[in-house]
Amino acid sequence: MSRVAVVVFPGSNCDADTLAAAREAGTEAYFVWHRDSDLQRADTVILPGGFSYGDYLRSGAIARFSPIMRAVTDHAHEGGAVLGICNGFQILCEAGLLPGGLMRNARLKFLSRPVRVRVESTDTPFTSLYRPGEELTFPIAHGDGRYVVDAREAAELEAEGQVVWRYIDDNPNGSTNAIAGVCSAGRNVVGIMPHPERRTTPVLGGQDGARIFLSMEARHATQHADAVRALGNQHSRV
Amino acid sequence: MAAFRVEVRVMPRAALLDPQGQAVEHALHALGFAEVGTVRVGKHLVLQVTAANRDEARARARSMCDRLLANPVTEEFDVAVESA
Repeated sequence: MSRVAVVVFPGSNCDADTLAAAREAGTEAYFVWHRDSDLQRADTVILPGGFSYGDYLRSGAIARFSPIMRAVTDHAHEGGAVLGICNGFQILCEAGLLPGGLMRNARLKFLSRPVRVRVESTDTPFTSLYRPGEELTFPIAHGDGRYVVDAREAAELEAEGQVVWRYIDDNPNGSTNAIAGVCSAGRNVVGIMPHPERRTTPVLGGQDGARIFLSMEARHATQHADAVRALGNQHSRV
Repeated sequence: MAAFRVEVRVMPRAALLDPQGQAVEHALHALGFAEVGTVRVGKHLVLQVTAANRDEARARARSMCDRLLANPVTEEFDVAVESA
């Protein structure tokens, strides 16, 4: 059972849904308050959606200086898995843990509706249980969801396979290359603008999002099995 | 030490779409202000800063912009300093 820290900022509003989705996937998920400095031995950290600090100045700009973000940054630099959903994605970009930034939707309206996305990379801690190219339905709910990178960086993200999800059918917010989610160069930090935690059980209209949470639990189980094997080999040599 | 009034202007990068500016532009045209070309919308921050001199106030303000007030990926800024 992996340990999943869901960070709660003042203004987070998807924290409970995210915690429930992570627990449903079999993880040991718990809340961490943004003023804490300790992630309590988390295997995975999730920054949930919402409107931290009322989106003042820029979405995520103030939350990225919360005390817990020092621990999140250390965790990311050590190769730990970090997922930012919606406002969490904005915070990770502001913190420099992900490339690019998120700006006002191209057509200004706050958008709250299901969209279609394609899984572009399965080589991340959160997408390993999807098939490359698989098409999914996720809800979006954002006003500042237009993902922006310059042309050179966009080409780099495409070349390195750092685009994890892409909007298909239409590009709801005008994102560069219709990018809906990206990962870091190390692939352990992932940001997604749609809300997979709102699509994890049939009663919510579908379960296309469930495997994001199952992927992180599966990754942990695999790593754990490797550790046990390593320990076993060592033991036999003694 | 002296008091300075620092004005920071933060604008969306010129190369990026500014839908807010476009909406204002369209509204001005609808009101008959046909002479208006492109409109861009940014932020204007006014800070009271204490510093040894004007250059130090400017340097500190630029550092504030780099760290918090502007996002270099999406925005550009300029800083004006005057004695308070």
